[in-house]
Amino acid sequence: MTENTIVWEVFIQSKNGLAHKHVGNVHASDKVMALENARELYTRRNEGSCIWVVKAEYIVSSESEDSEAFFDPSNDKIYRHPTFYTMPEGSKHI
Amino acid sequence: MKEELFQQKIDKEQKIEPKDWMPQDYRKHLIRQISQHAHSEIIGMQPEGNWITRAPSLRAKMILLAKVQDEAGHGLYLYSACETLGISRQELVQQLHDGKAKYSSIFNYPTLSWADMGAVGWLVDGAAIVNQVSLQRTSYGPYARGMVKICKEESFHQRQGYEIMAEMAKGTKEQKEMAQDALNRFWWPSIMMFGPQDSNSPRTGNAMKWKIKRQTNDELRQSFIDKTVGQAEIIGLTIPDSELKWNEKTGHYDFGEMDWDEFWNVVNGNGPCNHQRLVHHQKAHTEGEWVREAAKAYAKKQELVTQ
Amino acid sequence: MSDLFTYTLRIADSSLILGQRMSMWCSKGPTLEEDIALSNIGLDMFGQANGFYEYAAQLDGTKSADDLAFNRNEREFFNHQLVEQENGHFGITIARNFLHDVFNFLFYTQLSNSKDETLAALAAKSLKEVKYHLRHSSNWLIRLGDGTEKSNTKIQEGLNTMWQFTGELFEMDEIDKQILSAGIGVDNTALKNDWDTLVNNTLQKAKLNRPEDTYMATGGKKGLHTERLGFILAEMQYLQRAYPDAKW
Repeated sequence: MTENTIVWEVFIQSKNGLAHKHVGNVHASDKVMALENARELYTRRNEGSCIWVVKAEYIVSSESEDSEAFFDPSNDKIYRHPTFYTMPEGSKHI
Repeated sequence: MKEELFQQKIDKEQKIEPKDWMPQDYRKHLIRQISQHAHSEIIGMQPEGNWITRAPSLRAKMILLAKVQDEAGHGLYLYSACETLGISRQELVQQLHDGKAKYSSIFNYPTLSWADMGAVGWLVDGAAIVNQVSLQRTSYGPYARGMVKICKEESFHQRQGYEIMAEMAKGTKEQKEMAQDALNRFWWPSIMMFGPQDSNSPRTGNAMKWKIKRQTNDELRQSFIDKTVGQAEIIGLTIPDSELKWNEKTGHYDFGEMDWDEFWNVVNGNGPCNHQRLVHHQKAHTEGEWVREAAKAYAKKQELVTQ
Repeated sequence: MSDLFTYTLRIADSSLILGQRMSMWCSKGPTLEEDIALSNIGLDMFGQANGFYEYAAQLDGTKSADDLAFNRNEREFFNHQLVEQENGHFGITIARNFLHDVFNFLFYTQLSNSKDETLAALAAKSLKEVKYHLRHSSNWLIRLGDGTEKSNTKIQEGLNTMWQFTGELFEMDEIDKQILSAGIGVDNTALKNDWDTLVNNTLQKAKLNRPEDTYMATGGKKGLHTERLGFILAEMQYLQRAYPDAKW
């Protein structure tokens, strides 16, 4: 087998107002075909209002070895969460 | 050390994701299992696709085509999950064509009457669903997510099969005979879909430890049988197993001995349709080559235009 | 048989036969993604057929949609000969479907303005699907036409083979004229100009030649067909015919 098809990652917005969500991939030789293939495969049950396709090679991912360095430092910054603060008793709408 | 951390994660029911470290054997086991699963969906299109042009009503035609189409979709979800393990779909298909990768033996049985569409949906999809529901909790993230999607979509497959069986079982004498005949032919192959008995299944060990598999072959098989017996009774068909009996003590059905010689025979390529199924797939693939080449050539030209 | 019944039945027949052809692609597509796309088109065609048969059955009052689909013979089917032509290779299917999709697109656009509310609604629903089919077949026509030398030859072969079946699309017989003058039907002859323009534009983009208009086949409206239809019906109607008392 000689051919290498291009892999496209597919993101579907199920309805307006929601974020696009990754659903999987399709193979296609061009972007028009990628969009159509994604439509055929991932919206057979009325699941979509918008589709993004992006060449898989263009996605940059963090590495799991780096996950401590990337994500642990935010663990102790609890002042970023609203529950960190003490509000006077009886205060409302804040 | 890495392996211990990996196992701890698994034990804590955390999912393994593509970028995470994993033992080579875990990766290999997954590739084998997921690709086998994907190939089964794809080859499984044939025995049912066989009847789309002959479906006896407009409704039946649409349902069956939609169902077989779903199987293509499910194959794609699974290839997509498998690709996250660092193997391309082309390689996977090549393995299938070279006979290095297997697919479920059930699809090497022919579908001979319209009632077989009932039996395949009810029993074969029924058995597959028992397995897939269990696999929704598998430890590899992309596989688990694929299974969730597949289970959601497959819930109509078994129902459409059972509906066909029920309709035929209460139909004319000939229809009832066709229905019973289909059950007779598909019952044993269906319960053998769960694979060898646990006592004779060398790979189960690691697969359970790594939580790739969540239940053993025998557990899954028992659960399928327990569910299905009552369904056969309701529509007045007889399961072809004289030893099938409710066991008060175990709370399960006891059942007869499976014909493992036949099982291994079909696994090893000697089923009624092994050759036909593979040739069909290869032929479609070969005949599509000029189309794929053309699409690639066109895409290349377009890139040059936009650059 | 009322004219409206026959008019509706003809539309349904073309949809059913094309659906039947498309369903034969299942598990044979050039890629798995395309396999799904071809099935989707088949499903749309069956859905359209079902809608128009239901309406025809209602107009008839004695037969069901399934009776109409499964219990008529070759001479009683009124589909365009174009849709009964064999799938052949992918290029032949794409050429056939493209030529028919352009027609369907124009036809349903007009029919959706019909005075007959049911036909108008069925046409409007079909039009949405047909727009997508046209997009699909046009894109493939262009890819294959402007792909490799081999693909260009193959898709041109498809166009050349199918061309003789396009003349029939624009015919108007007495029934068509009656239904048109009642404000219900479509003037097929008037679609020809737009059809030519759309087809020519896409052929040009695809670097393909428009075949010469020589002999044009005719007869579908009268139930005269190529030999292909008999085989399609034999396969499709086998269970209904073999077990006439059975319900499925």
